[in-house]
Amino acid sequence: MAELTKAGGLITRPLGWLGIVADWSSDQRAFKNASWGKVMMWIFLLSDTFIFSCFLLSYMTVRMSTTVPWPNPSEVFALTIGGTKVPLILIAIMTFILISSSGTMAMAVNFGYSRDRGKTAALMLATAAFGVTFVGMQAFEWTKLIREGVRPWGNPWGAPQFGSSFFMITGFHGTHVTIGVIFLIIFARMVWRGDFDREKLGFFTSRKGNYEIVEIMGLYWHFVDLVWVFIFALFYLW
Amino acid sequence: MAQTSVSVEGQHHPIKLYFVVWGLLFVLSTFSYLVDYFGFQGYLRWFLILLFMILKAGLIVAVFMHMAWERLALRYAILVPPVLVLVFVAIMVFESTYTHFTRVVFFGAGS
Repeated sequence: MAELTKAGGLITRPLGWLGIVADWSSDQRAFKNASWGKVMMWIFLLSDTFIFSCFLLSYMTVRMSTTVPWPNPSEVFALTIGGTKVPLILIAIMTFILISSSGTMAMAVNFGYSRDRGKTAALMLATAAFGVTFVGMQAFEWTKLIREGVRPWGNPWGAPQFGSSFFMITGFHGTHVTIGVIFLIIFARMVWRGDFDREKLGFFTSRKGNYEIVEIMGLYWHFVDLVWVFIFALFYLW
Repeated sequence: MAQTSVSVEGQHHPIKLYFVVWGLLFVLSTFSYLVDYFGFQGYLRWFLILLFMILKAGLIVAVFMHMAWERLALRYAILVPPVLVLVFVAIMVFESTYTHFTRVVFFGAGS
């Protein structure tokens, strides 16, 4: 595979297993053509994966080891719309909202690299709006369940561990979405001001920013969506 | 997958690709919701849930997070460790069946 270097020359790197060995045994950096910022975000996401894995694993453990029946999520999260009870509808809508936000984020990354700052900022704000909607619906869901008597130590329908697993897993995910929204707004503002066109120095890092920050932000946002895919399948549908 | 961009850093791909993946994610989510809506139970339910979950996760990581275009060294460094969580899963399945067994034996069902 030939690739262009920053200096403008062409270099060829081996592919496959030879490529892995060559990259890892090379000088200075193991991860070629991925910037340190992107690699750091990936490593952070890897550690976050382990955190969510531990939550889902402890949920699996308590659900498998309890002798009390587990509350049926299909009924617990059902909503009555126009007189009919639709199972799990709120969660389905939340899933579609989060997927849509991932789509707008991917578009934002794309327009960022074409240096179209208007569209990039608008799409990032759209992503943030989807995120706020998601968190809002989650707050609605929490309120509904708390009113119905769900507590971390018990609930009216069955195994008491249901409440603690639910609040822990969705709460931690909701926190991630909220943090994502805050950073989306911050970076959308920087894109809109043209910080990355003028290569303005960051107030915190004192480095020249560039549009790659949109992709790194995107990695975090897609990860939040990714975690929701697992929560949706393992907690809500199982 | 073919290299669609030849820049050192940064990923630029045709916008159509994102729309296709976006559409696929919608379809797959609808499918997994329908699993619950139609009330499939047992192994069929679990199989379908896990299938749609893996497909969705794969699409997000490969295309949205651009993992398909990264070098193998980074791909393996990030994607192999989470797979090892499956060992942890196996350990905890073993542990929780044992806990369940002792609860049934010593406390009787329902406590």
